[in-house]
Amino acid sequence: MIEVENISKSFGALDVLEDVSIEVRDGEKLAIIGRSGSGKSVLMKHFVGLLQPDSGHVYVDGEDLCCAPYEQVRHLRMRFGVLFQGGALFDSKTTFGNIAFPLRYFSSMTEDEIEARVQECLDLVRLSEVGDKNPSELSGGMRKRVALARAIAMEPQYILYDEPTSGLDPETSNTINDLINHLAKELNVTSVVITHDMHSVLEVADRVAFLHGNDLEWVGTVEEIHECTNPHLNSFVKASEYTIDEASATASLSGSSV
Amino acid sequence: MIDALLSPLRAVGKYAILMGRAFASVDEIRIYWKNLFIQMVRIGIDSVPIVALAAAFSGAVLTVQTAYQLETPFIPKTIIGSIVAPSIMLELGVVIAGFILAGRVGARIAAELGTMRVSEQIDALEAMGLNSIGFLVLPRVLAGLIMFPVLYVVSCVVGIGTGIFTGHIGGFLSVSEFLKGARQFFQLLDPFIGFVKSLTFGFIITSVACYKGYYTQSGAEGVGDSTTQAAVLSCVFILVADLMVALLLL
Ligand SMILES: Nc1ncnc2c1ncn2[C@@H]1O[C@H](COP(=O)(O)OP(=O)(O)OP(=O)(O)O)[C@@H](O)[C@H]1O
Ligand SMILES: [Mg+2]
Repeated sequence: MIEVENISKSFGALDVLEDVSIEVRDGEKLAIIGRSGSGKSVLMKHFVGLLQPDSGHVYVDGEDLCCAPYEQVRHLRMRFGVLFQGGALFDSKTTFGNIAFPLRYFSSMTEDEIEARVQECLDLVRLSEVGDKNPSELSGGMRKRVALARAIAMEPQYILYDEPTSGLDPETSNTINDLINHLAKELNVTSVVITHDMHSVLEVADRVAFLHGNDLEWVGTVEEIHECTNPHLNSFVKASEYTIDEASATASLSGSSV
Repeated sequence: MIDALLSPLRAVGKYAILMGRAFASVDEIRIYWKNLFIQMVRIGIDSVPIVALAAAFSGAVLTVQTAYQLETPFIPKTIIGSIVAPSIMLELGVVIAGFILAGRVGARIAAELGTMRVSEQIDALEAMGLNSIGFLVLPRVLAGLIMFPVLYVVSCVVGIGTGIFTGHIGGFLSVSEFLKGARQFFQLLDPFIGFVKSLTFGFIITSVACYKGYYTQSGAEGVGDSTTQAAVLSCVFILVADLMVALLLL
């Protein structure tokens, strides 16, 4: 379980997060939505201690990320797979090298096992034939999926996805959404999905947190979205071209499949 | 005003902490030894041609100009050798190599780490549970400490060699005259001081570049700033360290 308690974060004069609290329960899929620049990525980086809050605490499985010694923080981080918004692929390594990287350093697999695992991960993101390409030779959407493959390679307990479907065509987006659901269901992964894409939210999320004006303005289940009275969230949902009817229809569909 | 005084102090503190954390993770080099090896090749072996080239020219020029300045019948020609060889070992061989490597090695490291920082690759390393400082900074600084003395030897051998060759070809003095002069006033302290300088410069160049690169901010412009500052700062610190080593050891 990840517990975020009253964290505030500012960069110089810019206040990004103010007194934000949220918990991510074991095995659930939490979507974080909000306007561009509202601080979603900043919030996500606090979950693994890549950013330190100015005040407040972040607990992972009960351990305080802010005060723990560095070695302990590293051990906590090994439970995570993180998909960065820009992919953050190592450009000095090939696609294969990127996905194999965590396996080489943190698993006791042999080179053959690593190769098999990398291929498996590439298949999961529908990229079977790009292993020997450099990240710079891939399209934006391909890079995103390679980064996703790298994030899931170690079969982590928590996966943080920063806009996993942005820049992807609808079909590939659906593949990724299915993958997120699959990992959560089969491996009991706890997932945090940052997204702008209401379709993804309805497809994957159990709960939704809406970040607006430095704070989480609304947290609730997917089914509750269309009953919510928060004007900002309503206009956010409306802007994503989903009428309330469509939203609730899809919600009840995905609700029945969960 | 106070801020203008404090910010360099803060930078020094941040730099010291970075180096402290790098050397604190030295036992992890067992895991990252491959990185150390790669950096030794990139920083050391790949720099041999440019260092040799610079050494060759400085050795040749120094011989020609010393010969010109001592062009009187009262001074024995062997003196040229007695001046050229120690000058290269004490000063030219290591300082010229230092300047060239500040550009070649320092700028490269700063650009590399800076790009990794702004494209979140360093965050990605950390998020996996890797110690990014142990993984990125330590191998580069160690490679600098190990390989700069090697480059210093290359620089001296090539510099003095070209000096001898130029003296012979240019008809200033024979090979044996040069060697006789060089031996006459040889002191073990000369190459020792050069060696200490090469260690110092190797540390300065790689650590300043790692510091600038690791803490790069804001995009392509930030990477550009870090790269330039790494090269310029290293050159300034080399000049200061050159004087300090000389004052301390001579
Ligand atoms: N390292 C940083 N230094 C300074 N400001 C930052 C930094 N990281 C983020 N910010 C600022 O914090 C705010 C929130 O950024 P963040 O990346 O979290 O937005 P976001 O919600 O993820 O947006 P998007 O949907 O476009 O990715 C922005 O105004 C950004 O400029
Ligand atoms: Mg973002």
